[in-house]
Amino acid sequence: MHSKIEVRGLNKSFESDQGRLVVIEDVSFNVREGETVAIVGPSGCGKTTLMNMIAGFVRPDAGAIVIDGVPRSKPDAKGILITQHGSVFPWLTVRENLMFGLNGHAPRNKAEIADRYAAIVGLKGFEGSYPHELSGGMLKRAELARALVVKPDVLYMDEPFSALDALMSLRVRNELLRILAEERHTVMLITHDVEEAIHVADRILVLSPRPARIQAAFEVPFPHPRRLTSAAAQDLRVAVLRELGVDHYGG
Amino acid sequence: MNRIKSTLPALLVIAALLLIWWGAVVATHSLIFPTPWGVVTGAIELLVNGTLWRHIGASLMRVGTGFGLAVCVAVPLGLWMGWVRGAYSTLNPIFQMLRPISPIAWIPIAILWFGVGDASPIYLIFISSVFPMIVQTTVGVHTIDKRYLRAAENFGVSRATLFRQVVIPAVLPQIVVGMRIGLGVAWLVVVAAEMIALRSGLGYMIMDSRNAGNRYDLVIAGMIIIGVIGLSLDGTMRRLEHIRWVRWRYAQ
Repeated sequence: MHSKIEVRGLNKSFESDQGRLVVIEDVSFNVREGETVAIVGPSGCGKTTLMNMIAGFVRPDAGAIVIDGVPRSKPDAKGILITQHGSVFPWLTVRENLMFGLNGHAPRNKAEIADRYAAIVGLKGFEGSYPHELSGGMLKRAELARALVVKPDVLYMDEPFSALDALMSLRVRNELLRILAEERHTVMLITHDVEEAIHVADRILVLSPRPARIQAAFEVPFPHPRRLTSAAAQDLRVAVLRELGVDHYGG
Repeated sequence: MNRIKSTLPALLVIAALLLIWWGAVVATHSLIFPTPWGVVTGAIELLVNGTLWRHIGASLMRVGTGFGLAVCVAVPLGLWMGWVRGAYSTLNPIFQMLRPISPIAWIPIAILWFGVGDASPIYLIFISSVFPMIVQTTVGVHTIDKRYLRAAENFGVSRATLFRQVVIPAVLPQIVVGMRIGLGVAWLVVVAAEMIALRSGLGYMIMDSRNAGNRYDLVIAGMIIIGVIGLSLDGTMRRLEHIRWVRWRYAQ
């Protein structure tokens, strides 16, 4: 397995009223093909900026992002970004949203492919619905399906489930794991939810408070489906939380 | 039942105004100012001899032409100004300066350029409704949520797809709002424009009724008809807000 994503010496700062604000400082890591890497960090530490750079939307001040051996300069359909607030087009139906990124197919095939992916994420029967007719969880599934339908190599997920309630978040996570087991995508997940990271990821990187650096890395060696209540999972959770500066928590 | 309840106060106010009007005319023994009933009989007279329909038709034709031309110009121009920064910074200052000039101020120039035929009021309607629609369309493009543009960029779609499936549908609700404002202004302006040297239209009818024998019953009948038509035009534009392509905007 070779490195799918290589992040080398990434730096980013912004001009602010208080002067230069260094957000990302010398961040380097690799992601292997088919691996799911979660990045956790305190809020406001620059996680989203880091993700936007890796997905190609923001240019780093220094450093490089190399994907499949090619330096990244702009976003493309090989890596789809999914964000907290989502970007399913409200003026298109679920089917039209799923067909949006499908270039180079005949229109009839597009609809067929779109409907197949709607079914995969459990939206069968809602292909003709508009986003405002869907619940938050269904909307997230639609966004996931729209990303998967273009068969991206990498899924960039920036707090994808934080707008959902705990139960719905867990359901969509299970859905994601089921799909990932079938279609081996490389996934980068940004989250502030340690449990979510342990549930989904093969490896967890912990970012420091601003300026963000990689402070610690943890392997998550548990086979799927995972039991988050197991002693090993709980120990890992305590260890990650300790890195985040939380030494004690309920229970 | 609820509908009756909610419209009842408005109807009562209208009834009260009519009563006050009637009482005031009777009490002052006015020879010129008509009673509400006088207005009704005046309106019936116009209906029967057919002039009312001719005037309404003439006004609507001018509004339709001027407003239609304005839509054809404002929507592409607004999209262009919204999308291309250079177009915005070049044209916006000029339009912002032209926009607050009352269409009435344009009347002498309109007569100079287009004479006293139909072209003058059509031009005035165009000039008064085009700017609000340009502004709304431009604002619409500027306020497209960045996450949608980002998603479109991410999927690497062609420019044509970007416009057809993202930019235009995203802006459409704002365009409809602009059209509603534009049509409202157009209807205001047509009446004013027709008061000058034309032989047809509701504005002409009002001025003519006064000039030809102080027929204030016809003046007021004309005013009320203008109000009713304006209301129904606005109602028609409001219905546009419920069409499929725009409804998402109001559905949250």
